[in-house]
Amino acid sequence: MLVLDGVGKTYSAGARALEAVTFTVGPGEIVAVVGGSGCGKSTLLRLVCGLDRPSRGSIVLDGAPITGPHEKIGIVFQEPRLLPWLSVAENVGFGLAGRPRAERAQRVVAQMQRVGLSEKAAAWPRQLSGGQAQRAAIARALVTRPEVLLLDEPFSALDAFTRVDIQDHLLDLWADAKPTLLVVTHDVEEAVVLADRVIVMRPRPGRVCEEIISNLARPRDRQSVDFDFIKRRVLAALDRSHERAAVAGTRT
Amino acid sequence: MLVETQPSVLDRALAGPPADAGARWRRLALGFLLPAALAAAWEFAVRAGLSDGRLVPPPSRIYATFVDLARAGDLVRHAAATLLRVAAGFGIGVAAGTLLGAVAGYWGLARSLLDPTLQALRAIPSIAWVPLFILWLGIFEESKVALIAVGVFFPVYLGVMGAILAVDRKIVEVGRVFRLSGPAMIRRILLPAVLPAYVVALRSGLGLGWMFVVAAEFMGASEGLGYLLIDGQQLGKPAQIVAAIMAFAVLGKVTDWALVGATAPFLRWQDAFGAAPGDA
Repeated sequence: MLVLDGVGKTYSAGARALEAVTFTVGPGEIVAVVGGSGCGKSTLLRLVCGLDRPSRGSIVLDGAPITGPHEKIGIVFQEPRLLPWLSVAENVGFGLAGRPRAERAQRVVAQMQRVGLSEKAAAWPRQLSGGQAQRAAIARALVTRPEVLLLDEPFSALDAFTRVDIQDHLLDLWADAKPTLLVVTHDVEEAVVLADRVIVMRPRPGRVCEEIISNLARPRDRQSVDFDFIKRRVLAALDRSHERAAVAGTRT
Repeated sequence: MLVETQPSVLDRALAGPPADAGARWRRLALGFLLPAALAAAWEFAVRAGLSDGRLVPPPSRIYATFVDLARAGDLVRHAAATLLRVAAGFGIGVAAGTLLGAVAGYWGLARSLLDPTLQALRAIPSIAWVPLFILWLGIFEESKVALIAVGVFFPVYLGVMGAILAVDRKIVEVGRVFRLSGPAMIRRILLPAVLPAYVVALRSGLGLGWMFVVAAEFMGASEGLGYLLIDGQQLGKPAQIVAAIMAFAVLGKVTDWALVGATAPFLRWQDAFGAAPGDA
């Protein structure tokens, strides 16, 4: 159980990126955070994965406060961020350095197979396509078997076909161990495809604006009426979040 | 020499797509055409009596001098003396440059303390140190090695510091997310990330080392290739000067090759640069 309680972040320059963000993500739940630019969604993920510390409030995983990078929390960044001097397999096994060699090899091979990159094990990252590189990054995050996987606009740099493919693939991978997923995205369709719950944020400073339950049966049909209905609700909430911010902007 | 030691992207970009073997040999042969033709023409001119070749010796005379020097064992002795000086100066310069560059790159306070002074010292033409070095260290090996070390130090220091400062924050964050300790972060992220720039810095340093050994040997050496140059000037033996210059060229190129060869296994991941950008 991941609990965010009154989380705020003020950067040293005085910019308020986040204010009083409170929500809970249950084990195995998939939550998407959407919002326009400047609503602090990437900041939020950096706080949860311990790369930055919140200025106010607390982030607690299974009763223990997060004070830095945590072994049970993995992250997939917007870019693959593979290390160019390691082969794809070595990249995937990067987080397993402390384990015995045999276990490491076995887990890397299994994970590579799972993301469909077995043939690329010996390749250098630069030889991968964008979609393959991002799948390798997902494999690197999953191979350590995290309880919580954070994804920061993970597919925004991919073309539309690859994106749909890899979204389905991510859900397939998720079904293996059912980790908690917290996905930040600006793609409403992506949020509705992936999430059980969509949190809409509004900007300046970043706050939670609305929460929309997206409890369609999986696998989800992107063309169905129900899907479209939830998508419209999220879009409407996004519109409202901007309007309120704009009104607040004119008042001050 | 300096230009030659700056390889990398530009070279490869200018070289265009990798040609087939035949085209490569043809280009190599074309490159040799001009110097070979000039040499042959000069040889012919001297043989035909158009010039006595006293100040500009023909290739055959340079070759003969080379063989004479080699047979007497002089060439090996002088080359070894020079090589030893470069090795000592390069070793000291690289050690100091790497250490200070790493400290200044890694640690902001040390950079604020060190860098302004070192940059100020860098602005001094290194040869200007010669009189001081001779006063401090005497006229023998120490002052020569010190001069070479100073020449090697600056490119290595700048290269290491710049490379560390340029390490991608995003890649460092990957290390942080996987909770690498300080030493592990250095070994698994920073060192490999810095290595390509480090090799370039070492090659520039080596090039400068060869440049400065000549200056060092000009200031009174009894052996070394630089001594052969001075000796050839004073005794009016241009063939010996040209032979020593060629020995410098060969040694400089060979040591550069050795450096590149020794570091190549660590930089294999870069080799894919010239290859197809993706086989996917």
